[in-house]
Amino acid sequence: MATLTLAEGTSRQLDYWWTVYKRTWKATIVSSFISPIFYVLAMGVLLGGFIAGDPDRLEGATSYLTFVVPGLVAAHAMQTAVGETTYPVMGAIKWHKTYYSQIATPLEPLHLVAGHLMYVLFRLITTCGVYMLVLAPFGVFATWWGPFVAFAAQVLVGMVFAVLVFGWSARLRSEAGFGVLFRLGVIPLFLLSGAFFPITNLGEVGAWLARLTPLWHGVNLSRMFSVDAVDWPVAAANVVVLVVLLVVGWFWSVSGLSRRLVL
Amino acid sequence: MAVQTFERTETVAPLTPLAALRLLVLRNYVTYKTYWKLFLTGFLEPVLYLFSIGIGVGQLIESFEFNGQPISYAAFVAPGMLAVSAFNGAMMDSTFNVFFKLKYDKLYDQMLATPLTTGDIARGEIAWGQLRGAAYAAAFLLVMVAMGLVESWWAVLALPATILIGFAFSAVFMAITTWMTSWQDFDKITLAQLPLFLFSATFFPLTTFPTWLQWVVEVTPLYRGVVLCRELTTGSITWASGISVVYLVVMGLVGLAVVRRRLDALLLT
Repeated sequence: MATLTLAEGTSRQLDYWWTVYKRTWKATIVSSFISPIFYVLAMGVLLGGFIAGDPDRLEGATSYLTFVVPGLVAAHAMQTAVGETTYPVMGAIKWHKTYYSQIATPLEPLHLVAGHLMYVLFRLITTCGVYMLVLAPFGVFATWWGPFVAFAAQVLVGMVFAVLVFGWSARLRSEAGFGVLFRLGVIPLFLLSGAFFPITNLGEVGAWLARLTPLWHGVNLSRMFSVDAVDWPVAAANVVVLVVLLVVGWFWSVSGLSRRLVL
Repeated sequence: MAVQTFERTETVAPLTPLAALRLLVLRNYVTYKTYWKLFLTGFLEPVLYLFSIGIGVGQLIESFEFNGQPISYAAFVAPGMLAVSAFNGAMMDSTFNVFFKLKYDKLYDQMLATPLTTGDIARGEIAWGQLRGAAYAAAFLLVMVAMGLVESWWAVLALPATILIGFAFSAVFMAITTWMTSWQDFDKITLAQLPLFLFSATFFPLTTFPTWLQWVVEVTPLYRGVVLCRELTTGSITWASGISVVYLVVMGLVGLAVVRRRLDALLLT
């Protein structure tokens, strides 16, 4: 039997996801573009009006809007990635069984994972990209180059969640687990990983706990570069943590799907 | 009593509304037992919002005023979260769950093959949702008391207030759900839910908005619920609070009537 290289398999698989996206993209508009804008308006602009723009208390940001926006985009990257790697993965295994029909071709689990993750990458690049472009005219970015690095950090942290959650979804038997994941994982991270307020407000122990979460590393990178208050050693540490998680998560995803589909 | 109905009717005697309610609540309880993890964690969400926005962001805010009284930001946000959790719970229960039962499970078709009526189904589903919601609200109120965010004995009435909010929204959301045709329609629900959640004076006072917009917010249902809860937990209750109560009662009753008619049209014709 002919075996496909990683690139060949991935591009075939990506073709499948592109077809799916062309038929369902309208459903992503509300969750990807409209909801985040509501959050920026409510939290950044309106609630931000009650918060003094003191750079000492806002990690270098000159207003609450400039503080909260980079955090919100990073948190949104996490939510997008989790959304694309929970129900869709279980659906492809359990309900629609598309993965089973796909591995009946020369495609292998490795290609399915890579194709799915490339699709998530595309979703992250477009949602975060549009988000950042829309916000640019509001003067929330301190330099012209910072937002580009911040954008890369948002996509990176999104991909970390994509590989970790994919591996977990591939092993999960019942969708009831997703409800628990959202309530014990996604929502606490969204609310407490420094997106809405400096983690030092959580107290010393709370701040250290927040630093252990993957989302904080993404939020911190996104914010440091957006407001141009970069602490380079910290930034390097953030990147190392995220890249290590990405690599570990990749193997975790591939082994999870291989075990589920083949063995 | 039983003898009377037996004499008059030829068909099976219908259940009394109360007996039907008991049966439907029991049925939901039995099926829900397997999802106890979801039940337990459901209580966490408003508490996390309180910690994050109330305490975390609250440290950045000097002070707030409500009805002329200075108030800590956490004490301002907490009753908002209480109302929001009743609202969110009602929405989840009466949109996603009802849609699934109506369209895929065909559960209501099955129920109507028994002596249950569409009115029984509407009341049963809504009552069950409120029992769950009340458990969450009671737990959240205890958290508020423990954190010193309750300033008045009126707060005891915040529990029935959240049940009222839940009832009003459950009835209306369930009515809306009967018009849905696919899961895609749920986007429109999010589109209504999110602005209500963020702009109903939950996170900042009404005065943040320009005057004309204040009027708009004041006639929206979640705002009535948020303000009612806030007035109760801070003890600044007035006769004007009655407006919110009447508003929510009427909203729920109208919703209930619509649900009945729609279920009749969908399932009995």
